[in-house]
Amino acid sequence: MSSPHVLTPGSSVSTIMLLVLAALLPAIAVYYFYFGPGILISLVLASVTALVAEAAMLRLRNYPIKYFLTDGSAVLTAWLLALSIPPLAPWWLIVVGTTFAIIVAKHLYGGLGNNLFNPAMVGFAVLMISFPSYMTQWTAPLLLSHHPVGFSETLQYYFSGTLQGVKLDAVTMATPLDAMKTRLNLQHTMSEVNNMPIFGMFGGKGTEAIAAMYLLGGLFLWQRRIITWHMPVSFLVALALIATLFNGIDPNRYAPPMFHLFTGGAMLCAFFIATDYVTSPTTPLGKLIFGASAGLLVYIIRVFGGYPDGIAFAILIMNAAVPLIDAYTQPRVFGHDSRTKP
Amino acid sequence: MRTLHKFHGGVHPPDHKTESNRLPIAAAPLPQRLIVPLRQHIGTPATPIVKVGDPVLKGQMIGAADDFISAAVHAPTSGIVSAIEIHAVPHPSSLPDLCITIESDGEERWIERQPLDYQTADPDAVRARLRDAGIVGLGGAVFPTHVKLSPGQRKIKTLILNGAECEPWITSDDLLMRERAAEIVAGIKIMAHLIQPEEVLIGIEDNKPEAIAAMRAACQGTNFEVVTVPVLYPSGGEKQLIKMLTGKEVPSGQRTVNIGVLCSNTGTAYTMHRAVDHGEPVISRIVTVTGNVAKPQNFEALLGTPLSELVQLAGGAKSDTSHYLIGGPMMGFGLNYLEAPLTKATNCLIAVSPALFPPKPTAMPCIRCTQCAQACPCNLQPQELFWFSQSKNFDKARAYNLFDCIECGCCDYVCPSHIPLVSFFRFAKSEIATQDREIMAAEQAKQRFEFKQMREEREKAEKAARMAEKTAAARAAAAANPDDPIAAAKKAAIQAAVERAKAKKAEAVAALSPSPQPSPTRGEGANEKGACSDLTAPKNNTDPS
Repeated sequence: MSSPHVLTPGSSVSTIMLLVLAALLPAIAVYYFYFGPGILISLVLASVTALVAEAAMLRLRNYPIKYFLTDGSAVLTAWLLALSIPPLAPWWLIVVGTTFAIIVAKHLYGGLGNNLFNPAMVGFAVLMISFPSYMTQWTAPLLLSHHPVGFSETLQYYFSGTLQGVKLDAVTMATPLDAMKTRLNLQHTMSEVNNMPIFGMFGGKGTEAIAAMYLLGGLFLWQRRIITWHMPVSFLVALALIATLFNGIDPNRYAPPMFHLFTGGAMLCAFFIATDYVTSPTTPLGKLIFGASAGLLVYIIRVFGGYPDGIAFAILIMNAAVPLIDAYTQPRVFGHDSRTKP
Repeated sequence: MRTLHKFHGGVHPPDHKTESNRLPIAAAPLPQRLIVPLRQHIGTPATPIVKVGDPVLKGQMIGAADDFISAAVHAPTSGIVSAIEIHAVPHPSSLPDLCITIESDGEERWIERQPLDYQTADPDAVRARLRDAGIVGLGGAVFPTHVKLSPGQRKIKTLILNGAECEPWITSDDLLMRERAAEIVAGIKIMAHLIQPEEVLIGIEDNKPEAIAAMRAACQGTNFEVVTVPVLYPSGGEKQLIKMLTGKEVPSGQRTVNIGVLCSNTGTAYTMHRAVDHGEPVISRIVTVTGNVAKPQNFEALLGTPLSELVQLAGGAKSDTSHYLIGGPMMGFGLNYLEAPLTKATNCLIAVSPALFPPKPTAMPCIRCTQCAQACPCNLQPQELFWFSQSKNFDKARAYNLFDCIECGCCDYVCPSHIPLVSFFRFAKSEIATQDREIMAAEQAKQRFEFKQMREEREKAEKAARMAEKTAAARAAAAANPDDPIAAAKKAAIQAAVERAKAKKAEAVAALSPSPQPSPTRGEGANEKGACSDLTAPKNNTDPS
């Protein structure tokens, strides 16, 4: 019976998770529109796997299963992972990634609230390193595909690994980030690359629209005060600034900033991955440092590294720095002259 | 228009003010029995100055303030002292305390009330009047007002009257300001006279338009300024209100006078006016009775009135009432029974039902969402403090400024994981306080021990020096006079003593050796005794006593 005796009506961990899931819905709808039903199968498969893995771990750890299973955090991890990997993938790829994310990255670190690394990004990194060929097999936007893949064919591919009558190569295509990188390495000029059919207004056809929906969902989360502005703004500004710098040095070798903001996982990362509460800093200044550093790392890995996109590795590297960032960015407490020293 | 400054964070809990602020203040009837606690303020409890069986008059002092930081308590009505004993009181600890019980005679016979002209009186006489009239801060902290109004050499630039009343449900200050604004302003004049501030500001949250209008009207012709502040809990926190009105932050661990500000509650000003201008000590207060009762309302009730009678006045508690709160829901404390009496600190009594105050669900782990940090009016990082408190990493908790926490409850209120953060912080604070006391006690014991050791060694050294001096003198005498018979005799005696000691020592060694060699002259026991006395003998020999 100690104070306070009131609590914010309707506020709970599951409410937050549900709002974040809801904020992803517009992007999923656009994803479906451009790339077909594969994403829906991925989402369902990942969600079921995540819930099963979560329930098993909760049972092993003697936690109340129903109470924690309904917090929504496992499903969110599953969705973020499903949205990060290609929409046409064998079932076991999703199962392995999600299981690793929930069991190793989340529960072996202590479960909800205690994991040092973003589980979805750990799952992604494991798949990227272990099964790179599957992870780069992105379907072409339906508009560009000569063989649009329907629901039953997609389902068939998920579970049998083959497509009827068509070769997988016929329905997949290099991603804009990939194409940009390889073509530029082949000494093509920026305008030549941009004339490729996969490129849209800023980024890739279809993917840029999905990115715009992530932005929209992120603004919704900011408006509902689920996330603060610090992380997305610092991430996007840092990414845009470094892209502008290199683009200014040699516009023929380096893509313009808008390309970097609207391709790959940049928007998803800015609003949904970097902002993961558990694995990101808690102080306002810490959030700015984390976001900006992740933005710079993404650019460096994309442009100078071996992987087409750098989101997962940039986030994992920065995750490791979070305790340090938090310790050195404590704000000034009321009535004190300076910041709290670590 | 005054520019207001923002403090960090804050929350907007539903304010539930309209339940109790629609009806005027009602006078509570005279209870049969009044239970007056002797500790109704911060500081030394008042000392009882009446005996069981004594007749008392209304307003007669029954507990005197013996200490500087203390305040007197008075008989709320005329009657007979029936008991001076431990009784339940409204306190977060739920511990009972010493109370004086008065059986009312129903006649309400007053003492002789003597107004004091504060403008001509000596300021110290006015402060003594405040102490003897039992004036304490009615905002909740119940700090003796005469102490607060003795800033010493420090110049007070700004006097702030706190009428923010930011806690949900409570409307006692609101109603007092609406109905008795002129008397509050009269009290503020006394405060201003005592400390001579450059400006007087009256801060009121803008959800009290009637109170604001009444106070503005009452301030006509004075240089007091009524400042409305936006509704944002905890705007009525002393430090937060000062920050909003002046832009100044009270430095951590310091008092408001250090930045030239003094802050007092409007209700306190009212009681000052009654005490100084009318000679009436604090024997009643306005209390909001609200929550799960039939007719929530504010009552002016005598101190010592059993809380159960106040609930009856408000139409009684509804059947689903689980318990009661003293104070507001953000910082008040729970009470299971209503035997406790109304005290100076009791500004609100809330009947709690599960429907009005849903119980906290089971806590989830902290997900580091930082809603708490965003809500903290002190700009603390509650999620870090929680982590350190939970793992009993108290040094870290202190380093992260745990003791700047004002326990306002904002972090708890917004936590989506429903973690009882404030309870964790209270726990850590009390653990740290205990540790500090232990460390201090150990430090004192160490100092005492070291001093004792030092003293013993010094004495030993002095003794040795004295002995050496003596021996040297004797030697010098012997050398100067070798044929002195006395010296020769002494020498022979010493020689004989040394021989004896040697013999005894040899005997003792023989006695202590493993093979028991029965001495022809002494028994086993005597041997042991002899050994002991011999072994201790050299030590004893050095002892001059």
